[in-house]
Amino acid sequence: MSKYLIAEIKDNRPVNKNHNLLVLDSPGIPETPSPGQFYMVGIEGTNDPLLKRPFSLFREGNGEIHFLYRIKGKGTGLLRQMEKGEKVSLLGPLGNGYPLPPKNITPLLIAGGIGIASLFPLAAKLSDSAILFYGGRTGDELLMLDELKGMVKELIISTDNGSAGKKGTVIDVLNIFLTSNSQLLTSNLLLYACGPSPMLEAVSRVASEKGIKGYISTEGNMACGVGACLSCAVNTKKGYKRVCKEGPVFAIEEIVW
Amino acid sequence: MNLTINIGKLKLKNPVMTASGTFGYGEEYSEFVDLNKLGAIVVKGISIKPKEGNPPPRICETSCGMLNSIGLQNMGVKEFLKTKLPYIRKYDTKLIVNILGNTIQEYVKLSGTLDDAGVDGIELNVSCPNVKKGGMLFGTDKKMLGKLIRTVRNNVKNSTLITKLSPNVSDIREFAKVAEESGSDAISLINTIPGMAINIKTRKPKIANMIGGLSGPAIKPIAVRMVYEAYTAVKIPIIGIGGIMNYEDAIEFMLAGATAVAAGTANFVNPVATLDIIKGIESFMKENNIMDLKELTGGLRC
Repeated sequence: MSKYLIAEIKDNRPVNKNHNLLVLDSPGIPETPSPGQFYMVGIEGTNDPLLKRPFSLFREGNGEIHFLYRIKGKGTGLLRQMEKGEKVSLLGPLGNGYPLPPKNITPLLIAGGIGIASLFPLAAKLSDSAILFYGGRTGDELLMLDELKGMVKELIISTDNGSAGKKGTVIDVLNIFLTSNSQLLTSNLLLYACGPSPMLEAVSRVASEKGIKGYISTEGNMACGVGACLSCAVNTKKGYKRVCKEGPVFAIEEIVW
Repeated sequence: MNLTINIGKLKLKNPVMTASGTFGYGEEYSEFVDLNKLGAIVVKGISIKPKEGNPPPRICETSCGMLNSIGLQNMGVKEFLKTKLPYIRKYDTKLIVNILGNTIQEYVKLSGTLDDAGVDGIELNVSCPNVKKGGMLFGTDKKMLGKLIRTVRNNVKNSTLITKLSPNVSDIREFAKVAEESGSDAISLINTIPGMAINIKTRKPKIANMIGGLSGPAIKPIAVRMVYEAYTAVKIPIIGIGGIMNYEDAIEFMLAGATAVAAGTANFVNPVATLDIIKGIESFMKENNIMDLKELTGGLRC
């Protein structure tokens, strides 16, 4: 069961210059969300912005629910200005989360930019079994590094300009890792990716070339979040599917690029 | 206090309906909305064969509104009758099915099938291109609209027939009259208004189909005006649609001449918008000593 409610902001603090962490009081949220699920968050009392914005679950517990979000446009620009005690509308949890890996499988998590928000709770759940590849354009865009370090087996960061970690894209780094660890059987690996669309497409290519299975979390312009409006279509081998309902997490091989 | 209203033969427990395409087949919202409380559910438009819809991005937000070009994606009438109709029939509400076709014959076949299946109402979506007439829209050509409605009317025995009018015409009164004279039991208006938005950085249209239908609060004054104009021209009931977000909007439409209202984009913004509107109308009636909601229809003072 998802739920629609008005939630109070407990905190809304900058994490860096264009990302914030939103902490909501979540009494009455009946269901424990799974990593990869999302919520629609709405600003009340205005028609501009009109629609709610989909945010991945970042963290939950102790009567709180956390969202890590990038300030991108009008909606998130207004949200950033909201303060403790103010209220937002919250619809969720929605969609399907990441299926967990079977035993003895090494999960490789691939996060690009704000894609870390969706993979963070998965990394937490997998505790020290996951290897996380986390890339951004510059070092100061990488978020929550200290927490992530303590969470995963290995954290491999990369930046486009080399200002932190390895220079190159997260895909470059993933390819190097797979080549230099060729003793790892691809059948013992499982990919989990979230990030911008070109990155997901590249992950799919790597997966198909190397024969590695896995999951990606997709995005789409979304209006309702509950499967009614058919806005957030994603092209799959079985035709268009809804990001909000059949997704946002899909098996990599399902998506048609 | 009486909230019931009549649309043709249909008696609705209250005037609040869902606009086609914004409420799926009802099921999608059943976690949030007690469907029994709705005046009617108007389901997503149905065609004879399934349609896969347009490539994404299919929507974008604009100031106080949104553009959509979903491309009439739907499962086709056969699957609808098999899986969705029995589901909605479990609820104590009226079911209105929006239908779309590319030829008059397709509309006739669809409406006949749905009439036989016992749906309460059939809403003609006339914003589809007529493939036999070179892609002309049924809804913007009076002759074609009249012929379509008359032919469908002859085949629909029990269901209430509603024509959903396009706002993309110079004089809505003439189209409202055509609908009335051709045997439509009611009209619903307005459908979305064609619009466009461009990303100035990529220079690409914000939706893949380039042009989409604008909905939401941005179009409400246009819709209220058109409902008012249609009300001055016809006697059949009008279902007001276009940016209705709350009970105040709903009452505004009724004062302009609407007998019933449908919430569309509002469902996306607030999944319980329909229920909030019903509650709001009840409180408004109490506060203003209105015993019968029908008093409001056309109650505009000039």
